[in-house]
Amino acid sequence: MAYKSILDWITFGNIMENPWYPFGDLYNLPFDISYKLWEIIGGALAWLINLLLPGNPVSTWLVADGTSVGGALLIFMIVIFLVVFICTLLSLWMERKVLGRLMDRRGTMIGLKGFLQCVADGLKTFLKENTLPKKIDKMTYMWTVALVIGVSVLIACMIPLSGRWFVVNYETGLLIIMAFFALAPFLILVSGWAQNNKYSLIGGMRAAELMISYEIPILIMIMTGCFLAGSFNIGDIVNAQRDIWYIVPMAIGFVTFIFCATAEAERTPFDIAEAEAELVEGWQTEYAGMKWGLIMLAEYFRGYVSCAMIVILFLGGWNIPFVSDNVNNLVPELVFLAKVWLVFFVMILMRGAFARVRTDQIVNIGWKVFMPLSVLNFVIVLLLKAGGIY
Amino acid sequence: MMERNLLDIRAESDELTTDKMWVIMGPQHPFSHGLWTLKVELDGEIVTDAEPIIGYLHRGWEKECENRDYPKIIPMTDRLCYAASMTYSHLYCMTVEKALGIEVPEKAQYLRVVADEICRISSHLMWLAAVGTDLGNLTVFLWSMREREYWMDLFVRLCGARMTTNYPRIGGVRNDITELFDRDVDRCTERFEKALWDIIALVDDSSIFVSRMKGTGVLTREQCVNLGITGPAMRGTGVDFDIRRDDPYEVYDKLDFEVPVLNDGDSYSRYLVRVEELFQSCRLIKQAMQKIRSIGKNAPYRLKVPSKVPAGTAMCRLEDPRGESMMYLVSDGTEKPYRLKVRSPIFVNVSAAKPLVVGSRVADVPVIMAMIDMCLGETDR
Repeated sequence: MAYKSILDWITFGNIMENPWYPFGDLYNLPFDISYKLWEIIGGALAWLINLLLPGNPVSTWLVADGTSVGGALLIFMIVIFLVVFICTLLSLWMERKVLGRLMDRRGTMIGLKGFLQCVADGLKTFLKENTLPKKIDKMTYMWTVALVIGVSVLIACMIPLSGRWFVVNYETGLLIIMAFFALAPFLILVSGWAQNNKYSLIGGMRAAELMISYEIPILIMIMTGCFLAGSFNIGDIVNAQRDIWYIVPMAIGFVTFIFCATAEAERTPFDIAEAEAELVEGWQTEYAGMKWGLIMLAEYFRGYVSCAMIVILFLGGWNIPFVSDNVNNLVPELVFLAKVWLVFFVMILMRGAFARVRTDQIVNIGWKVFMPLSVLNFVIVLLLKAGGIY
Repeated sequence: MMERNLLDIRAESDELTTDKMWVIMGPQHPFSHGLWTLKVELDGEIVTDAEPIIGYLHRGWEKECENRDYPKIIPMTDRLCYAASMTYSHLYCMTVEKALGIEVPEKAQYLRVVADEICRISSHLMWLAAVGTDLGNLTVFLWSMREREYWMDLFVRLCGARMTTNYPRIGGVRNDITELFDRDVDRCTERFEKALWDIIALVDDSSIFVSRMKGTGVLTREQCVNLGITGPAMRGTGVDFDIRRDDPYEVYDKLDFEVPVLNDGDSYSRYLVRVEELFQSCRLIKQAMQKIRSIGKNAPYRLKVPSKVPAGTAMCRLEDPRGESMMYLVSDGTEKPYRLKVRSPIFVNVSAAKPLVVGSRVADVPVIMAMIDMCLGETDR
């Protein structure tokens, strides 16, 4: 092949024909975008090197199939993270604005209807001094918070936005996300021990106490949804709700799941691990500056994942019911995000209206209300399945 | 109920008991509305012992008064409690008038009642806001503060200041009602009686709010009397006593109002008593304003008083928003008091911290102490 002009290097080939394509026979939109971006970057680089040293092996290596996929994967990670990051910042902005209106105030007002307040806050926490308290277990202190943030970002990125916008396509996708989701309370418990602060210790204990109250009902309800769809794969579950959402057979489960998901994301009324009235800032008391800022951001990542789980399990994912496939496949990502923000809006309303529950009350609610309701939900689904309706 | 059971179980089996730890909540802690400390001993989450520590805000207030002329003490009384400035300056003026042996004009008495009740409403709204934050809900906080702004504006119409009002004078009040106050007071009262239902709907209709308050911080009637608790906290335990009704000062005996009393003795009954007091204060303001208008514009509202107080003692008490406040004046016949003693309701009420919080969970401590409505300016003096 003769490489004369730059356009010979940038070919925009079909990604599905690339033998190194990592997603099998499924089309992946963000990977396609990153692949084309890499073709531009790598192709231009190869053309430049070829101009200086004609006929060198580096240039051809840069446009080879395997190299292109590797470079595209790097850009792919950035694209996925940026989209999730901006969605999370939007939900943060939405919470501040809606909560402000609920409380009869304006909410954030800095730039773009208040959206730039997130940026200002990020810069502020970034510029703060990185302080460490005395007599802490430094390694545990740093690693637990890094893992809490890391796990939260990971699960947020693992949530697919549509049938063509995903990172991995496991057969047990939902279970893996749940497993990572449930990791954080353990890390919070360890972090509470590491901080040499009584408030942090109580906060960490409370995170564990909260977890034993909601984790089992939430798993039963996820199992029910998977049972109905006959698969743990997120795509299969969503496609099974093409016309009738699972909120119809699992109405009880939906209401219960909203509360459990609120507890999972540690939002009011279940934010007992960081109850600022009595525990100052709970398990986050000794984290300052950027660490605290990232913890706060991680919380919104977890809130986003909670809402996404509700949308996937109950609200039909990225599908619009009773429309043709052409309309449905137009912008499924935006449909999904719109549903996520709708659920998040309900969570904001809950935060605006409710007080924080007590630790013994949440355990009571978890075992005496959520647990029987989730089992009842499962029984109903079992009967529907046995009756041949599903 | 839950706490009691857990405590019983722990008492029965020694194996379950764990090491206790003291947690020092304060002086800079979100729950302590002001500078004070509550040391609590925790067994897990359950409070087994508690000790309040006050005195961070002591500024020698009573001693400072001994070096000032009588009229110059009035602005200082405003600084005793910024939420109840009007009642404290009123109390001080009443005490000096008693030592002088004079009676203030009727119009001034009604004006003082109106000012006191506005002060009570704004103080109670501030308390409601604090309860909201202690329960983890900022909507209650901001709605209460929004309502409080209307009453603060009314204070501006009456005397030009929002919080440190400096309005009562020895022998009357500083000025008559202004036209703007006359116009706005009824509008404000009527609006508030409707708007308060928004907050009540948000709190009382929510089972989370109610379950957080019901059954926590229980005091019996006997405990309450022995500890000397006064004010809404006392009336929530079933003691039917209000100085405005039972030992009336100014013109309270000519006005028609009810004293809310509840028998449960928990945080929720204290909450209900205070909310009902808000409505009763509105009633009082309406009646007193009718009387002020019927007295007429040209009636006197201030007497000329001598600058020297005859030697002797005088004591007065009134119903503060937080309880019974009292002032004791010893005069030696000069222009300055020999001694001025203040009995602050919160100084006594906070001593009940231990019986209030022991046995409850640490999550309930802020709510229980919020029902006392702490104000450190008057406590530490």
